[in-house]
Amino acid sequence: MKKIVLFLAVILMAYSSYAQKIEVCNTCPISTLKKAIAVAKDYDTIFVNKGTYKEHSIIVDKPLTIIGKNYPVIDGEKKGEIITVTSDYVTVDGLFIINVGTSYTADYAAIRIKRSKHFTVRNLVLEKLFFGIYLERSSYGKIYHNKIVGDAVQEYNSGNGIQLWYSNNIVIEHNYIEHVRDGIYLEFSDNCLIKNNVSEQNIRYGLHFMFSNDDEYRDNTFGNNGAGVAVMFSKKIKMYNNIFRENWGTASYGLLLKEINDADIVGNTFEENTIGINIEGSNRIVYKNNNFTNNGWAVKVRGACYTNSFLENNFLYNSFDISYNSNVNDNVFNKNYWSNYTGYDLDKDGIGDVPYRPVKLFSYIVNRTPETIILLRSLFIDIIDFSEKVSPVFTPDNLLDNNPLMKKNVW
Amino acid sequence: MLKILKYSFYDLMRSRWSYVYFAFYLLLGVVLLFLNNDLSKAVITLMNVIIVLVPLIGTIFGVMYYYNSKEFTELLLAQPIKRSSIFLGQYLGVALSLSMSLILGLGLPFIFYGLFKSTAIWDFSLLLITGTFLTLIFTALAFNIALSNENKIKGFGYAILMWLFLGIIYDGIFLMSLIIFEDYPLDKLSLIGTMLNPIDLSRTLILLKLDISALLGYTGAVFKQFFGTSFGLIISFVMLVLWVVFPLLRILYKAKRKDF
Amino acid sequence: MVSIENLHKAFGKNQVLSGVDLSIKEGGIFAVLGPNGSGKTTMIKSILGMVIPNKGTITIQGHNIKNASNYRQHIDYLPQIANFPSNLKVKELIKMIKDLRGKTTEDERLIQLFKLEPFLDKKLGTLSGGTKQKVNLVLTFMFNSPLVILDEPTSGLDPISLIRLKDLIQAEKAKGKTILITSHIMSFVEEISDEIVFILEGKIYFKGSVSELKTKTNQPDFEHAIASILTENHA
Repeated sequence: MKKIVLFLAVILMAYSSYAQKIEVCNTCPISTLKKAIAVAKDYDTIFVNKGTYKEHSIIVDKPLTIIGKNYPVIDGEKKGEIITVTSDYVTVDGLFIINVGTSYTADYAAIRIKRSKHFTVRNLVLEKLFFGIYLERSSYGKIYHNKIVGDAVQEYNSGNGIQLWYSNNIVIEHNYIEHVRDGIYLEFSDNCLIKNNVSEQNIRYGLHFMFSNDDEYRDNTFGNNGAGVAVMFSKKIKMYNNIFRENWGTASYGLLLKEINDADIVGNTFEENTIGINIEGSNRIVYKNNNFTNNGWAVKVRGACYTNSFLENNFLYNSFDISYNSNVNDNVFNKNYWSNYTGYDLDKDGIGDVPYRPVKLFSYIVNRTPETIILLRSLFIDIIDFSEKVSPVFTPDNLLDNNPLMKKNVW
Repeated sequence: MLKILKYSFYDLMRSRWSYVYFAFYLLLGVVLLFLNNDLSKAVITLMNVIIVLVPLIGTIFGVMYYYNSKEFTELLLAQPIKRSSIFLGQYLGVALSLSMSLILGLGLPFIFYGLFKSTAIWDFSLLLITGTFLTLIFTALAFNIALSNENKIKGFGYAILMWLFLGIIYDGIFLMSLIIFEDYPLDKLSLIGTMLNPIDLSRTLILLKLDISALLGYTGAVFKQFFGTSFGLIISFVMLVLWVVFPLLRILYKAKRKDF
Repeated sequence: MVSIENLHKAFGKNQVLSGVDLSIKEGGIFAVLGPNGSGKTTMIKSILGMVIPNKGTITIQGHNIKNASNYRQHIDYLPQIANFPSNLKVKELIKMIKDLRGKTTEDERLIQLFKLEPFLDKKLGTLSGGTKQKVNLVLTFMFNSPLVILDEPTSGLDPISLIRLKDLIQAEKAKGKTILITSHIMSFVEEISDEIVFILEGKIYFKGSVSELKTKTNQPDFEHAIASILTENHA
């Protein structure tokens, strides 16, 4: 049995070392990518030289490596989808793909991977696109070092930068995405790793999960999006060391959690968002070692949330730390640092001697009458907040951090 | 007018109150920065102080100066000097010496701390600008009150009452009316309400810098235009200038008709 | 020099001046007399522009003084109560007034005259009433203005200073100046004034020389003449 495997491997290696190189250029005998694919054999490498190639509906149906030299332009002339990969083991590298067709009925993409495995999409630059990189029932692939620059203005006629649909075990790394609908969108996609990407100025979300489980995203930056990251109806998502910033607007969140269970949110930075994290119907989530800095509301809890624990986070200079419009349930706040804390530490153990109440009366008033926000930081508001702190009437009286730290958490 | 300004200014610079005021701000700045070591927090605390204390001090100082310099004023009135020059000069003397105490008192520790290298410099400059405006406004209001009340005790009483009203009571009434009329669109009303009180106006100006993330959470289109663009900043500054100009005009008007 | 027509002034409900007509020619010493509250100071302050009349016109050297301030360049005024900014030194006050009104060298002579040298570095708040009045006099006489207004110049002065003051006033008169004085000291008024203006209940009751007043009231001396006016009108 072993011998057979070895034999097959040798055959395979020999085969690939004999793989042909095919050159494509505007003046070559093979002047289009389509023609090159037609003449290529499995595992051949196609080199596309600098130039402009007006092609669309290119179908890659055999395991090929397509490499652009000095970013040749593939111009789809807005006529539809540009590259569709239908075979396993395809690599697409170094192309400048522009002018994807827009349609209200078909999701045209700059490059679509369809029912394939073990693909690599890297070093692409996509502009004037509808959808960018679209993965459909494909798995075990890598998407990295791509730059996707859209020009989306409205949600209904724009597409996503990178979209995964029923695609598992994908690695998305070091991509830069801006001005599309959702920077990265995962639907029914499990066990994916999203790392070191920058997703900015997108009209909806920087990153969006729907019905996707066991995924992890870390070290990404989400800035200036309609909302930073939306995680909905998903389980066991790990969120580590990301930066969420400047997501401003009425329905703008750094992070939106909706019907999420068993997630870890650790080491992230939420900076200058209208709402740092908005939580709805989410359970058993651990928030640890996050920095919430200069947000309007650091955390807004909107009910049906159980067993969430906020541990050792820093809440710094937020207009409101926590807004809560339900019961405390069994959610826990412990050992956080709150810059608004005014207590003292007589026994010098680094933990404030009086518990901190992160929910202010004014936050309750603003929830009720939003216009009152204009009175923020007024002396009158400080006075009523103080009296509420002394004897809580409107705010949940058991919502406390019993061990507020005197100094910032450092990790 | 410049001569009067000069003498009022010198006069104040020699009175110990300017030093007390200066020392207070110096101490505040030092305590906030060097004991706290957190610039952002210091700026927020400073904001609270400026919004509340600067108007109070401007008011008390303005009234006090006016009553205390009555003799000086009468001496000047017999000289070939225009009344407007006398009162404008005195007003500017008080307002500028107060502003100087504020700017130097807070500025020095911050510069010492390394403000110029910090990102908080804009927040801080805005604080100082607003503080200066509040000084100008409340000194002018105080002069108005003093000009209209010969009785010192009454004048002081009204001045404190004005501060209490604009600083606290106004916001209470404002909040109540917003809650009572919450079923109606309120964004215009709430902005107008803010414009009509210089303390609220200054607070809003600072909110634009410190709490813009929260302010943009509100849906109203007027709000959005106000806070989301430079429109709010411009309008606020224009209103602050008007808040200086109108009391000043009234000082001139009153002074012209007053008997000494 | 000064002419007042139909001057009215009320403070609230209190009608102080009701139709004062007065014209004062150039040169000479004029004493403004009247009981307390008759409106002497109000009239003087109206001339100075410190009190704004309800009605009437005041012209000084041919110019209407309404809304004007420069005419005060030609008036030296000695206020009734010498109130000065208390934390200024005497020297500084003199310097300041000189700065505001223009140059003069008279101040040194006057300081010597009233023996004020030891007080120059003292703060005004620490001075006695008499010394303050001397400072007041220095400030008034150090400019050479054609119109001099003295409101109770004798208050608080010691006899020697009083003599010096009289000399000073006579010297000013000799220069051809017009001098307006209010005073309660009848002997002083009688001695010094060329003409008397008597104000009663907001109006000019009498204007003329001391002897004319005596004839009019049939009294042998000045004090009695004044007293008779008062008793007649209040009886």
